[in-house]
Amino acid sequence: MKNTARIITQASPLNSDQAQQLDKLTRTLTPLQSMWVSGYLAGQQSFQAEEKTAPSLQLAASSPSTLTILFGSQTGNAEAVAQQVLAAARDHGIQATLLDMAAYKPRDLKKEQALLLVVSTQGEGDPPDSAQELHAFLHGNKAPQLDGLRYSVLALGDSSYEYFCKTGKDFDQRLSELGAERVHERVDCDLDYDDAAEQWIGAAIKLFEQSPETADGKQLQSGSTAAPAAVGPTRKNPYQARLLTNIVLNGRGSSKEVHHIELDTEDSGLVWEPGDSLGVVPSNPLAVVDELIETLALDPNETVSVTDTELSLREALTHHYEITTLTRPVVEKYAALAESKRLHELLSEAQRTAFSGYVQDRQLLDLIEDHPLKGLDGSRLIALLRKLPPRLYSIASSHQANPDEVHLTVAAVRYKSHGRQRQGVASIFLAEGGGDKGTVPVYVDRNKHFRLPADDVPIIMIGPGTGVAPFRAFMEEREVLGASGANWLFFGAQHFLSDFYYQTDWLRWRASGLLTRLDVAFSRDQAEKIYVQDRLREQARELYAWLQEGAQIYVCGDAQHMAPDVHAALTDIIADQGGLAPEAATAYLNQLQKDQRYHRDVY
Amino acid sequence: MSDVPDHHSDVEKIKRRSRHLRGTIVQGLADMATGALAADDTQLTKFHGFYQQDDRELRAERKLQKLEPHYQFMLRMRLPGGCLTPQQWLALDAACRAYGESTMRITTRQTFQFHRVLKKDLKPMMQAIHHAGLDTRGGCGDVNRNVVATANPHRSRIHAQVYDWAQKISEHLLWRSRAYDEIWLDAPASDVPEHEPLYGDSYLPRKFKVALAIPPENDCDVLANDIALIAIVENGELQGFNVGVGGGMGASYGIPSHYPRLASIIGFCTQQQLLAVVEQIVGIQRDHGDRSDRMHARFKYTIDEHGLEWVKTELAQRLGQPLAAARPYHFSDNGDHYGWLEGDDGLWHLSLFIENGRLADFADFPLLSAMREVAAEMSRQGIGEIRLSCNQNLILARIPVAHKDAIDALARRLGLLDGLRHSALRRASMACVALPTCGLAMAEAERYLPDLIGKLDLIMRDLGLEDTTIVTRMTGCPNGCARPYLGEIAFTGKAPGKYNVYLGAAHNGERLNKLYRENIAEEDILAALRPLLERYARERDDGEPFGDFVVRAGIINATLEGRQFHEQVLQPKT
Ligand code: SRM
Ligand SMILES: Cc1cc2nc3c(=O)[nH]c(=O)nc-3n(C[C@H](O)[C@H](O)[C@H](O)COP(=O)(O)OP(=O)(O)OC[C@H]3O[C@@H](n4cnc5c(N)ncnc54)[C@H](O)[C@@H]3O)c2cc1C
Ligand SMILES: Cc1cc2nc3c(=O)[nH]c(=O)nc-3n(C[C@H](O)[C@H](O)[C@H](O)COP(=O)(O)O)c2cc1C
Ligand code: SF4
Repeated sequence: MKNTARIITQASPLNSDQAQQLDKLTRTLTPLQSMWVSGYLAGQQSFQAEEKTAPSLQLAASSPSTLTILFGSQTGNAEAVAQQVLAAARDHGIQATLLDMAAYKPRDLKKEQALLLVVSTQGEGDPPDSAQELHAFLHGNKAPQLDGLRYSVLALGDSSYEYFCKTGKDFDQRLSELGAERVHERVDCDLDYDDAAEQWIGAAIKLFEQSPETADGKQLQSGSTAAPAAVGPTRKNPYQARLLTNIVLNGRGSSKEVHHIELDTEDSGLVWEPGDSLGVVPSNPLAVVDELIETLALDPNETVSVTDTELSLREALTHHYEITTLTRPVVEKYAALAESKRLHELLSEAQRTAFSGYVQDRQLLDLIEDHPLKGLDGSRLIALLRKLPPRLYSIASSHQANPDEVHLTVAAVRYKSHGRQRQGVASIFLAEGGGDKGTVPVYVDRNKHFRLPADDVPIIMIGPGTGVAPFRAFMEEREVLGASGANWLFFGAQHFLSDFYYQTDWLRWRASGLLTRLDVAFSRDQAEKIYVQDRLREQARELYAWLQEGAQIYVCGDAQHMAPDVHAALTDIIADQGGLAPEAATAYLNQLQKDQRYHRDVY
Repeated sequence: MSDVPDHHSDVEKIKRRSRHLRGTIVQGLADMATGALAADDTQLTKFHGFYQQDDRELRAERKLQKLEPHYQFMLRMRLPGGCLTPQQWLALDAACRAYGESTMRITTRQTFQFHRVLKKDLKPMMQAIHHAGLDTRGGCGDVNRNVVATANPHRSRIHAQVYDWAQKISEHLLWRSRAYDEIWLDAPASDVPEHEPLYGDSYLPRKFKVALAIPPENDCDVLANDIALIAIVENGELQGFNVGVGGGMGASYGIPSHYPRLASIIGFCTQQQLLAVVEQIVGIQRDHGDRSDRMHARFKYTIDEHGLEWVKTELAQRLGQPLAAARPYHFSDNGDHYGWLEGDDGLWHLSLFIENGRLADFADFPLLSAMREVAAEMSRQGIGEIRLSCNQNLILARIPVAHKDAIDALARRLGLLDGLRHSALRRASMACVALPTCGLAMAEAERYLPDLIGKLDLIMRDLGLEDTTIVTRMTGCPNGCARPYLGEIAFTGKAPGKYNVYLGAAHNGERLNKLYRENIAEEDILAALRPLLERYARERDDGEPFGDFVVRAGIINATLEGRQFHEQVLQPKT
């Protein structure tokens, strides 16, 4: 607190009277009290800001002379990390503003001096929806020079994807190209991002504490936005939910296996809103664990240490490590140990495609068999591996309608490759009844980008396959709330007879009038393939009329083909029906996205 | 359009407001979110020839899976006299392969049913049938149904005339609304007001059936029909028909007022009078049938309500003259005559046994494909026609002698003649469809009777009865679709695996049977029948049919009239 008075008088907008009073007060404060006061002021500020910006995402107005924390997040991980950044800044007495990229005016960038960016990667190396505009702006020809901006990027991703943390890398590289100064190396986080993120936060925040502004006497006050208090079980401390019901929704003759799962949430403290996902913390099947141990001739009882706990190797591999999916870091570490030239080649930049091809349908066991490695012990093995990440499943039921159960719609991943029968970890964990005691460790993963609008707003739901899950929650919710908004569902799957998930629910809601329209596309019931996007096009006129009346669009399900195809269809429909040029239609859809009227939850 | 009286049944109201059988069928076909049609429309589609059903075995399972029932449709064709060209056979074969899970079923009214047709395939199926020069109009519904006639064409000239009348009656009694062409054949809708000349806006109170028999054959169980026409042939010439009225098989368990009834012969008419007679009888039922209670709406109840004399008087009034007195005739039996028979015009006919009328490619016998090959060959040679019988069998008919050997060799090679090696009992047996498609079935029939026959065969062989024909019938419920009450032995389903056993019908379709044992399972069925068959083997008179024997032996009381069907049932001695 030494130089507060000087700072206040020199750099503050306060008049000298106010400055003196404040100086007098601050001198008497203990560190704890001073933190409280700063929080109080910031809280008031953000409260007012929120009042002004109605129901928007905006958490606080950005002001150029403070640290700005921007996040781009699809399923909330990057956002949660960004909240931690804000809290840390606060702890260090730095005034900081937390903003969703979607709510950020790209042109404000050139006014920034200190920027921390937390962003995930979606699609195939694409930015999350909310980061698209900023990403495009930076890569476009309107991007400003950013000399004088000091920044660092935290990238969230999943190393099992070909373009690992690509969006973070893009931002990092581009900011640097535009003249900004990278004050801390970017950190690329895998799905088990907690530790890496924490380290980055600690290091990066320190750098801004000693920022030139501070040095030349400008005190940064910490901004605050009340982070939503974490309620109930979390990723690290999940709730052991009893599995109540497990039904295959596919009728006979289907080539799919989608399970309807009901979990007991009575007294769990789990609370969710329609649109949220449930995080499932799975275990590996013992057969796979044992096969791995056997192949490597390891001792299953060897003691290994997992985040400060001593466990048997068998236990560690069952509950803590990913032992199937192959990722680049794992292969890299393995290649180093195996000293395999062939593997090193595969990992080279020139072999990117070959590498993707290799890991796409192979697992750790294949790697070990293809490139045998002798003399590995348990500890060295687990040092190669990444933590077993939880999987997300869209919640298919409404908490309002039934707080005692949470429903999921889970496609069982089973396939054969390279002579082995394989299975997905989490989907099969669920499909086969959860853990030993028939329980499933779960937590709620919030998705505030996928929320029902006000009760009277019409919605268009596009959810083929398991993508239909959240819409069941939507309808249950709107049913108990007696919401008056019209509801239109587009569903698609392979076969009408066997793959129409929750058909009786939809028909019941249609009969009761809740579901205004129900359009379905079954791709393999006729000679030509028909998908939801074809149905959208057929209904172009009506659909556009709904949009004109303020309807919101929700898309959930396959990210690879469906979501882009639906996006293209929507663009065409808007162009045709609105008489717009393609660019204008794209802008219209982008605007819908910005206005939180076009929501996507795709995976 | 006058209002439907309140006390009339719901179906009457649906018919009346259907705009001549249109309802909302078109909208229902377009609704892709459900495999079903609107409930009211399912009453109307019957007139168009099809029934909404669902696979009953999947009901519980699909409910759990949050899937609607496995809705599917049964289509029934109009095929008066059961006659089709080889080309038509090939077209139907292709249609069932495309839309009907590769199976077709010869019915007890000598036509085809297709099962498991999905809603989306209805229209293409109807069009395929249309392109074959056939239709499904009046396959089901409260109108005249498929007109049946004695199938075996060995008395060729008479047969040709009778078949011709079957066609004419069927055409004469067709419903006329353009709804059929609009919905199925893409005919443009027209504003010209429609009216049904014969049926009116409410059609008939209930289904209505007409049959023509050529004595001594009664293969069509002519007396089980609302109108029974018995060809009277004198000096080799068709003189006309004896006219019977009020036949029907439908019965219910525990409801004495529902009973099977055989047609009562009320006179004779010439060929010239025939269409008028038939039309006026239909008119009587249209005007006097019960429209409040569908269980009581068949013509047989109208007759028993008013009395036979009333019917005769009413008909005479409508015709302007009474019918002439009935002429003598004689029925020998109600079975089919398998193998080759030469017609009196020198053409040949090969009757084939088709177990329960089911045509499909079975694991051990590709019957459907075999028939396709035969039909293709007949078509290539430009010969013959194919006939269906009311005993669910088929006849390769009108084969010129020059082709007889080739057809015989082909049929033999394809295994089509193997059926003729079956026991006489099996070849005289018949079961209705029942499970899994029939919504009314209480027990298996088509899928179970073959097994049971196998077990009875063993007994019959033990007793040296393997060449004795006993007409044996099974249905999955008491409705009577395989005309069980005309079986010398009959089983009607009561519950899964449980049947009522009836005995004592005449071997020629002229006397109903009566309940012998109630609600028993296979073991008890065999135990109950064995001693009777033993006695029959020992005590029967020369040529005495089993049905007559059980009556003579006092094992069962003869049912001389429908109203007595539920009476004088003997209690089993225990
Ligand atoms: C296919 C067939 C049985 C067979 O194995 O061949 C059949 C099958 C059915 N009949 Fe029949 N009836 C069939 C000949 C008969 C006969 C025999 C005859 O006409 O010579 C009778 C007894 C004669 C009569 O009409 O009295 C017959 C008396 C019934 C009845 C009882 C009618 C009554 O008066 O009580 C019903 C139930 C009803 O109508 O309410 C019925 C109803 C049915 C239905 C449509 C069940 C329903 O209403 O939901 C059955 C469809 C089952 C399925 O899945 O295919 N079916 N039905 C026959 C088709 C004939 C045709 O081509 O038109
Ligand atoms: C927000 C969100 C919501 C989601 N909601 C749902 C939902 O509602 N329902 C749902 O079912 N899923 C949902 N998912 C997906 C889900 O989280 C899991 O990714 C999925 O269940 C697979 O996990 P797993 O552990 O079973 O498979 P993993 O063990 O992760 O294995 C999957 C991997 O197996 C390989 N693989 C899979 N199939 C084949 C094949 N045929 N050939 C070759 N290789 C193959 C691929 O490499 C794939 O990446 C959602 C995901 C997100 C992010
Ligand atoms: C549909 C989908 C596609 C993804 N694509 C990539 C990718 O291409 N590269 C990558 O590194 N991570 C990818 N990820 C992983 C996410 O970046 C990772 O789950 C991250 O933790 C999500 O953070 P968020 O919740 O803030 O969006 C993808 C995830 C999903 C669901
Ligand atoms: S007799 Fe009964 S079970 Fe058999 S088809 Fe007719 S209605 Fe169905």
